[in-house]
Amino acid sequence: MLPDLDRLELPRALQHLLARGRTDDAVPLARRSFLKLAGAGGLALGAFPHLATAQSPGALKPTQQPSAFVQIAPNGEVTVAINRLEFGQGVQTGLPMILAEELDADWSLVRSRHGSNDPAYVDPLFGIHLTGGSNSIKNSFTQYRELGARARAMLLAAAAARWKVDVTSLRTEAGTVLGPDGRKLAYGELAEAAMALPVPEKVTLKDPKDFRIIGRPNARLDARAKSSGRQDFGIDVRLPGQLTAVVARPTVFGARLASVDDSAARAIKGVKAVLRVPLDRGAEGVAVVADGYWPALQGREALKLQWDTSAVEKVDSEKQLAQYRALAERPGSRKFDADMAPLTTAPRRLEAEFVFPYLAHAAMEPLNCTVALADGHAEVWTGSQCPGLDAAAVARVLGLEPGQVKVHVQMAGGGFGRRFAATSDFVVEACEIAKAARAAGLGVPVRTLWSREDDMKGGYYRPMHLHRARIGFDERGKVLAWDHVIVGQSITTGTVFGEFQVKNGIDATATEGMRGPYAVPMRLTVHHPVLNVPVLWWRSVGSTHTAFVMETLIDEIARSVNQDPVAYRLGLFGDKHPRHRAALQVAIDKSGYGKQRLPTGRAWGVAVHESFQSVVAYVVEASVKDGQPVLHRVTAGVHCNLVVNPRSVEAQVQGAAVMGLSMCLSGAAITLKDGVVEQSNFADYTVARITDMPAFEVHIVPSAAPPTGMGEPGLPPLAPAFANAIARLTGKPLRQLPFNLA
Amino acid sequence: MSALNVNGRDHTVDTDPGTPILWVLRDTLGMTGTKFGCGAAQCGACTVHLDGEAIRSCVTPLSAAEGRKITTIEATTDGADTVGAAVHAAWLKHDVAQCGYCQSGQIMSATAFLKSLPRGKQPTAAEIDAAMDGNICRCGTYARIRAAVADAARALA
Repeated sequence: MLPDLDRLELPRALQHLLARGRTDDAVPLARRSFLKLAGAGGLALGAFPHLATAQSPGALKPTQQPSAFVQIAPNGEVTVAINRLEFGQGVQTGLPMILAEELDADWSLVRSRHGSNDPAYVDPLFGIHLTGGSNSIKNSFTQYRELGARARAMLLAAAAARWKVDVTSLRTEAGTVLGPDGRKLAYGELAEAAMALPVPEKVTLKDPKDFRIIGRPNARLDARAKSSGRQDFGIDVRLPGQLTAVVARPTVFGARLASVDDSAARAIKGVKAVLRVPLDRGAEGVAVVADGYWPALQGREALKLQWDTSAVEKVDSEKQLAQYRALAERPGSRKFDADMAPLTTAPRRLEAEFVFPYLAHAAMEPLNCTVALADGHAEVWTGSQCPGLDAAAVARVLGLEPGQVKVHVQMAGGGFGRRFAATSDFVVEACEIAKAARAAGLGVPVRTLWSREDDMKGGYYRPMHLHRARIGFDERGKVLAWDHVIVGQSITTGTVFGEFQVKNGIDATATEGMRGPYAVPMRLTVHHPVLNVPVLWWRSVGSTHTAFVMETLIDEIARSVNQDPVAYRLGLFGDKHPRHRAALQVAIDKSGYGKQRLPTGRAWGVAVHESFQSVVAYVVEASVKDGQPVLHRVTAGVHCNLVVNPRSVEAQVQGAAVMGLSMCLSGAAITLKDGVVEQSNFADYTVARITDMPAFEVHIVPSAAPPTGMGEPGLPPLAPAFANAIARLTGKPLRQLPFNLA
Repeated sequence: MSALNVNGRDHTVDTDPGTPILWVLRDTLGMTGTKFGCGAAQCGACTVHLDGEAIRSCVTPLSAAEGRKITTIEATTDGADTVGAAVHAAWLKHDVAQCGYCQSGQIMSATAFLKSLPRGKQPTAAEIDAAMDGNICRCGTYARIRAAVADAARALA
């Protein structure tokens, strides 16, 4: 069902937003011309931001140049470049909607394409190429509105010049400039003339009452291609002469080769080369390069390799948990502080330990990266969340300047954070292989393709975590002291992101979501053990575990003092957290919680959590069947401020919830034994299937405020809401993921 | 040399007969609409039809296709196949795809399922779930898949 958006509320809400943003948001720009592109054929508003940047040294930032973002063809087709990776979240449709709104484009003629590692496509706030942190719509909302407005102003100016009339006598509508006397010119007819005109210094953004596209539930621009097998992904890149590489990686992270016998591998038909290559974390591996994936895989299976694991730590999950428990007893870095004396005197006390395993992203498209090398130049095709960072890594590996590297961002079959590693691990690996292949005389593009098992065992997991809480509260549920410890590997320490994420030895990505809207006196201690398992952000990052801990503990406190968990939360929010309150309230109202009587054996569960500045509340119905928890129905309340595409928000909430549900299912864990990852494929690493899917409704709170992102915030509250329902049924709190009712 | 028939066209390929059909389609014939997800018949991304039956092409060798007809997503959604067209239309109506990577396999499973039903029979929700349970969507588009399959079934009634 579609989000329950109040149609009357929206324009007023938008008006409020616009009134606030109109003058501040429009940055005055130096006058400049678009670069005239000789021989550019049908393309109108420029196509080569490299050149535009190089020849326009003024104040206009690359991120503000319409030439890098909008192309209008003579037939009127408007192609919008997106400065993000599309990997399911719908930004490929959302950003063009924003630009098309201000351009007054004919939506039926709007297309989209990916950007690259060109400077034009950096995040306008962070200044780096970035798809993550649910930032895309949030950080590029004003940017794309201004881009559309600038392009529209130039089209208007071109029409005024053509007709020799005052520009104020003209207006635009659905891809057409309209004159006062009924004359019309389609954008396609004006685009080339518009290209030659200066970019306006200032643009006036639309009055929200005139919005036709923003806020409308739109179908995805890529829906047709993705429903017919015609959408190409990174894995589908096919360059002339291209070969495929499959890599034998060590069974223990960072291990090196003791011996290689590749004679049988070389004898396999289709195998072109067997290459010893340096790998991530100082490891070594063997790449089998062949004229297709299957012969390359056969070649790898025929390798006789011996690994030297003597120099690397061999992590064992069971021992690791014991180590984490020991660490939790010791003094650590202090994130929050408060007086813990009431712990000993509090009338009610609660002690809890939570354990969360490593998790693999397990995106449906196995990792891959295609590399073409030439003298002084490299081209890379991959689904990258950080093409700038990847290009820099490519340049380092190949001894090139960053400007000599082109990253063609490819449509990606999911990612969830895996395509945004500070080490650029799979991109660097593909470049090492292409380099070695070239040195071996194979001067052709090489696609490195991971098997599912490679992907599952390849590390970069959501870190394993241990949480411990000791809470003292009174008979009315007032928390008097909350002593909390988190143990888990830091994702960003030692990486380029550590500089701004790690303070006082604490990685903010491990503690985000702690305390949240609850003003409890909390002492939060953090330990970041260093272990030989690569870790990474995973859709909603720290909130994958902190939301579970906070929302199940809050619920448990409420239940233990016989308070309704919803009323208890609302009491704690007070009037300080209106978005939490609104999101929870709409979920309560739409679900029938507190009013509707559930069938015997079912219970309600509630959770609400803010992540990436959006708030999602879930009210769920669950039961236990044959010893297994079953999720029947979910009602979502969402607060993400202004909604660009409600249909996309609904999809993101449902999708994130399914990933949150996956965390609860038996078998949803990556474990290590003697340094070796024990899981290998979907048979032993559980992800949710259609039979796990509950009935699901999404309701969005109308809002005027500037939009916040929705790629991740739907994930965190699902597992705790589910757990709270099960705890009501069994009387026993669930304190580990995946759930274990034993 | 092995012979195979894909979407009504005969091909002769110089490929080891033990090669899974998936890689013959993708790497030899350049038909990339069929996707690689797991290589072990665990996710359904590679689903094609062999003589009308949904199979996992990642574990079905080329030799198994001898004398039989392979149908892929490209032909199923080109408009000529009535059931495929209904499924494709329902997928668009419900805007099912997110990343879209698994959707070729989802559509091939849905189409085979609807073709397997007795004429005029409307599937139950449980039957739809059972038919689609072998296809993983990591983006979690399951609610819309359910709605789309049910819609396609109604459109074909």
